[in-house]
Amino acid sequence: MSHYEAPIRQPLILGDKSYHDISNDIAAPVEGKANKWWWSVFILSLLAFLWGIGAIVYTIGTGIGVWGLNNKINWAWDITNFVWWVGIGHAGTLISAVLLLFRQKWRMGINRSAEAMTIFAVFQAGLFPLIHMGRIWNGYWTMPIPNQFGSLWTNFNSPLLWDVFAISTYLSVSVVFWWTGLLPDFAMLRDRATKPFQKKIYSLVSFGWSGKAKDWQRFEEVSLVLAGLATPLVLSVHTIVSFDFATSVIPGWHSTVYPPYFVAGAVFSGFAMVQTLLIIMRKVSNLEDYITRDHIENMNKVILLTGGIVMAAYLAEFFIAWYSGSSYEDFVYLSIGAATGPYAWAFWILILCNGVFPQLLWIKKLRRSFTVSFIMALIINIGMWFERFDIIVINLSRGHLPSTWGQFSPTFVDIGVFVGTIGFFFVLFLLYARSFPVVAQAEIKSILKSSGNGFKKARENK
Amino acid sequence: MASNKKYWKSVEELKENSSIVEKLAKSEFAEELPTSDFLGDKETLETSETTRRDFLKYVGFSTAVASLVACEGPVINSVPYLVKPHNAIPGVADFYATTIADGYDFANVLVKVREGRPIKIEPNKDSINGETNARVQASVLSLYDNNRLRGPLSKGETTDFKTLDTEVVSKLNELKENGEKIVFLTGTCASPSTKSLILKFTENFGNVDHVVYDAISEDAALNAFEKMYGNRALPDYDFAKAEVIVSVAADFLSDWQGGGYETSYAKGRVPTKGKMSRHIQFESNMTLTGANADKRVIIKPSQQALAMTKLYQAIVKGIATREASPLNDAVQKAATQIKKAGKNAVVVTGVQDEQVQLMALAINNHIQSSVIDVVATKNVRHGNDEKVAQLIKDMQAGKVGAVIMHNTNPVYTLPKGTAFTEALKKVKLSIAFTMSADQTANTSQYVIATPHYLESWGDVMIKKGQYSLVQPTINKLFNTRQFQDTLLKWTGSSESYYDYLKNQWQTTVLGGKSWNKTLHDGTFNVALPEVELIVNEVAISGISSKGSDLELTTYTKVGLGDGQQANNPWLLELPDPITRTSWDNYLLISRIDAEKFGLTNWTVSNGALNGDMVNVTANNGVTINNVPVYIQPGQAPGSVALALGYGRTDLKGDMKVGINAYPLSTGIFQNVSIEKVEGEHKFACVQLQHTIMGREGEITKETTLADFISKPKEEWNQAPLFSLNHELVEQDKVNLWQEFDSSIGTVFNLSIDLATCTGCAACVIACHAENNVPVVGKQEIRLSRDMHWLRIDRYYSSDMTVERGKEEDIYGSGKFFNAQTHPSDAPEVSFQPVMCQHCNSAPCETVCPVAATSHGRQGQNQMAYNRCIGTRYCANNCPYRVRRFNWFKYANNNEFDFNMNNDLGKMVLNPDVVVRSRGVMEKCSFCIQATQAAILKAKKEGRAVKDKEFNDACACSNACASGSMVFGDVNDETSKVASMVEDDRSFKLLDFVGTKPNVFYQLKVKNTNEA
Repeated sequence: MSHYEAPIRQPLILGDKSYHDISNDIAAPVEGKANKWWWSVFILSLLAFLWGIGAIVYTIGTGIGVWGLNNKINWAWDITNFVWWVGIGHAGTLISAVLLLFRQKWRMGINRSAEAMTIFAVFQAGLFPLIHMGRIWNGYWTMPIPNQFGSLWTNFNSPLLWDVFAISTYLSVSVVFWWTGLLPDFAMLRDRATKPFQKKIYSLVSFGWSGKAKDWQRFEEVSLVLAGLATPLVLSVHTIVSFDFATSVIPGWHSTVYPPYFVAGAVFSGFAMVQTLLIIMRKVSNLEDYITRDHIENMNKVILLTGGIVMAAYLAEFFIAWYSGSSYEDFVYLSIGAATGPYAWAFWILILCNGVFPQLLWIKKLRRSFTVSFIMALIINIGMWFERFDIIVINLSRGHLPSTWGQFSPTFVDIGVFVGTIGFFFVLFLLYARSFPVVAQAEIKSILKSSGNGFKKARENK
Repeated sequence: MASNKKYWKSVEELKENSSIVEKLAKSEFAEELPTSDFLGDKETLETSETTRRDFLKYVGFSTAVASLVACEGPVINSVPYLVKPHNAIPGVADFYATTIADGYDFANVLVKVREGRPIKIEPNKDSINGETNARVQASVLSLYDNNRLRGPLSKGETTDFKTLDTEVVSKLNELKENGEKIVFLTGTCASPSTKSLILKFTENFGNVDHVVYDAISEDAALNAFEKMYGNRALPDYDFAKAEVIVSVAADFLSDWQGGGYETSYAKGRVPTKGKMSRHIQFESNMTLTGANADKRVIIKPSQQALAMTKLYQAIVKGIATREASPLNDAVQKAATQIKKAGKNAVVVTGVQDEQVQLMALAINNHIQSSVIDVVATKNVRHGNDEKVAQLIKDMQAGKVGAVIMHNTNPVYTLPKGTAFTEALKKVKLSIAFTMSADQTANTSQYVIATPHYLESWGDVMIKKGQYSLVQPTINKLFNTRQFQDTLLKWTGSSESYYDYLKNQWQTTVLGGKSWNKTLHDGTFNVALPEVELIVNEVAISGISSKGSDLELTTYTKVGLGDGQQANNPWLLELPDPITRTSWDNYLLISRIDAEKFGLTNWTVSNGALNGDMVNVTANNGVTINNVPVYIQPGQAPGSVALALGYGRTDLKGDMKVGINAYPLSTGIFQNVSIEKVEGEHKFACVQLQHTIMGREGEITKETTLADFISKPKEEWNQAPLFSLNHELVEQDKVNLWQEFDSSIGTVFNLSIDLATCTGCAACVIACHAENNVPVVGKQEIRLSRDMHWLRIDRYYSSDMTVERGKEEDIYGSGKFFNAQTHPSDAPEVSFQPVMCQHCNSAPCETVCPVAATSHGRQGQNQMAYNRCIGTRYCANNCPYRVRRFNWFKYANNNEFDFNMNNDLGKMVLNPDVVVRSRGVMEKCSFCIQATQAAILKAKKEGRAVKDKEFNDACACSNACASGSMVFGDVNDETSKVASMVEDDRSFKLLDFVGTKPNVFYQLKVKNTNEA
């Protein structure tokens, strides 16, 4: 009589690692030398970043008129890029906070980088509301700072002001959460460091982590508390970003479905960006054993889910636009008018990239393929950029009064600023990959199957 | 080598045994310094406040201050009045009554002068001819035109008046001795005193002739009138009395016969007591007048004479032709209506043919029309084409000794300008009086720089019996001299023109009335003596003009007119009311012809319009190359049109735009052939979507007279209803917001009557001038970055209606929407002035993060430029898209080299309105600077503000000649605007959005009664 064998979960770390192996693997990119690939990508990103700085300086020096905006379409690439980057900055917190609360252990392989990506993306996002201002030098007026201008105060009715608070809160909580997780890992690097300068730096950033039981206990508690704090933020930030549109009176913007739909879209695009980065990173930084095919598949499942929500929202928007019977709704970004109008190309890019192509991930073989996942992630990134572009530009181009209908075309400065933020993002990420422990090694050690798996193997090999 | 020179420090040293010298040899100071008192007292030292830290602070501070002071700040000189001029109070505007009479536009105006600078033209509402069109409104900027001549020229070189006078007078005397002919070639001169000066000159020099030349001639109408009534002048029309107006190609709402008819026309267009005029327009081009007509019959230029002939035959001869053609049908219907209306009908025509003009006069005479006034005739056009042609022949034959040109630019405006240049070279003496070095001035021997009319004296008789005065409102800016002063000088008189004018008026016009009072009023009317009207019997022969496949007519636009002010950036930037295109002229062509010739207009990725170009060859032998083509809905197939006034080669830079169409302006029309050429033209359109997309009921409302009379208001002007607890209620019952109490104090409302708004665009320029709106140039307009605070939307009807879409079963499809965007080939047109609607629940106000735009207690939506940080969210959230962003710095920027980039041009700026900086939002303010001034004035005088004061405070409502715009305090029950709110016709733009605007509209009523 054969006995019943409880299924043992597939290990999340491959390659029969010992604890020391993990330490070695994670510390390797920091302790080793950068290869040619790193340098070439870094230089390319740096150039793009510098180009972006040039474009920003030119904009601030000359006027917003150097962009392609006009009096009919007052926002375009600026806010598109803003929302896109904020959206990307959603996956990190979701992975580290929500998945922590749901005890999804697979998050440990990717949460560090996902959160780094979040923070760097929020940097980029934060740039746009600043530089899109006509008079950036007065931008601090958006802060409720007591002042001598009389009784001048910010307008708490304005969703733009809510943005200021939402984004800054999100950024600070994310940074704190990230850093908390980094403490034991920085300490590990500190302990291994041989050069005095390195040792000094890592001692500073590890805040005197000693590895005592009390440290660990506090660490666990703080992580949980921060996860609790960060979880609502995952929902709130993009909800508030969506208010920029939803609280307006413009056809296509004035839509109650926006908050949940924006959040789903943000997670969707955030996971796509995590995929993009990690599929490269696992190769470049030799993390194949930590970021496995299962990780990619799990993320693809989240993408499928959120992509489904997004697609459902598209269908709802499209249906409601038609069902309303309102002439104004006939031309919103998801409508027959948009599908056949001058921005039909943008409409169809959105539908194909976000709605149609991701459905391929239902096929198990494809969602377990690194190549397919990578390409799919790129497609989704493009699709989500176009979602924001469509929401902003198509809706503004088809306002209430047909006499004010217009079109928008970007200038080289618009493109320059966007390319610049991509460069800036990669500069930050590449620097991070060379100086930070890119996998939460302290945490991941807790899921290393050291005994059970070994016994099983030993039995099988008998 | 050691020096043995001895230096002494003071005379004391020369004294022997001086105690001081001795002391000084020992110590540095002659007297003991009380250092021990100071340092010895330990207690004082210890209690001393200045510590080492304080000392360092002081040193640091002084160094910082010293270095800061050393930095040089910009020095802006502002010179105050040392002695205040007795009639100029800083900050208080003076108004002077004067008259513009530039040969093309004639109007009695008030000039607003601040600190000695004329800054705005306003209509003189106490006068009869106080209608200011866009060009009159903009003429103040031409005063500060950087292109103006700074002084007289002699053969292209600068000279002074003394030398010039000596030279010219000696040459004139020489000609006089030889008995050679001296000719004055002037634009229409309606000035009695100038005419008498020319007579005086004639007495002095003998063989003198005066030839009047109008660039846009009414020669045919003048000749016809002369034949019939024995007086070479133009009749006047009072369209307010008209029940039926039939116009054959007369664009009487813009420049036809001098224009100025919108006031009387508008009076007849408001349906009062169930009556309004019926306006039928036969025309080829889509004109302002045609756009306003109840019925517009599209005919080719060659059919215009035919239409008039048929009309003439039907009414005067009583022969109704029975052929079955749409044209004949329309003419017969019009004839029936005219006959029915009897003396309350009128026929006008713009066809430049004597016979056609005679027919119109004969019809009006036949029906004894009360609309036409043939007694008190108008003097606004006097040009005589025959005499001009004769003059050029004489010049070519060398029969003319001298040509003195004033207020005319024949080298540019004559169809054969180069021939004139050649002829002018054969004249011994050529003198041009001009404000700028135009083409004619450049070919003349002597150029006399003349002052702008705002710097001049003069008189005008616009209409028989109606005298007006011209007075200077600023000292001459440059070394200029008036035509009249010059004539006085050349005839040896030492009198100034002012004295001459005053004398003449006192002796011949005023009849003992006060000169000062007349000057103050600007006008003086004399009752005309009763004379029996003699109507000559004139034989009228029907004419038939030979048409072709493509007939070209030239026309004028409300912006540039005849092109005198072609260097005025306000007028160039003014979008044409019909095409909504600025900075250009173009060949208007119908869709059918465009398809035939393979010509298209298309939109590029940034929304701007591009178009094909053609070469136009006319049968008068003229070819014009690279003419951009604009597809105009409502243009008669088989006809094309090109606007005059553009393409002046004497202008520079950005101002040099368009194509000179004068070479094509001969005859009624030209038979032309066109040929597509390589390349594309870039247009600067401010409106890119021309139809209303089935949104009529919420944007522009319209009804027919029959419905208006017989049906309840709900059927033709239903306010939007909202569902509240399953009941449909009006908007005021559903409100998210806590409302202000707006029952106290002044609350401003603006009413705009779409029934009478002709789309003339005078308000756009008035607003431009009052509010220091920047000019942004063609490229920026092309990018939809126009800065006009007030725009006039123009919608064409589309053939694709919802009903038709449902019938064809394409409703709601892409095909349907696409068809909806195409205007009809024979569209109905509606105009709608849109400015900030000053919403009581303003979407812009809630979204500004810094509260830079907020609501005023007087109902205005106010914009605090200083607070604005330029997020542009407000502009996005404005359903009316009336907010304008300063994308660049528009003042003092060489990239925008218009009037705000030179000291002269900046003199036109209104000191009461700030010039906005880059990066801030701006929009209509309801002219708050002017309404506040009116309130303050009334307060000081201890009275309530009069309704008229508010109406005149707003630049747009003040400029509105048709009275469509009414502005005022809605809390003042006696105000006109308060009664307009209650009017059955009133509605609000996009009322369903719930913005509760303070601007509202009166819907348009069309008189579609066919018989």
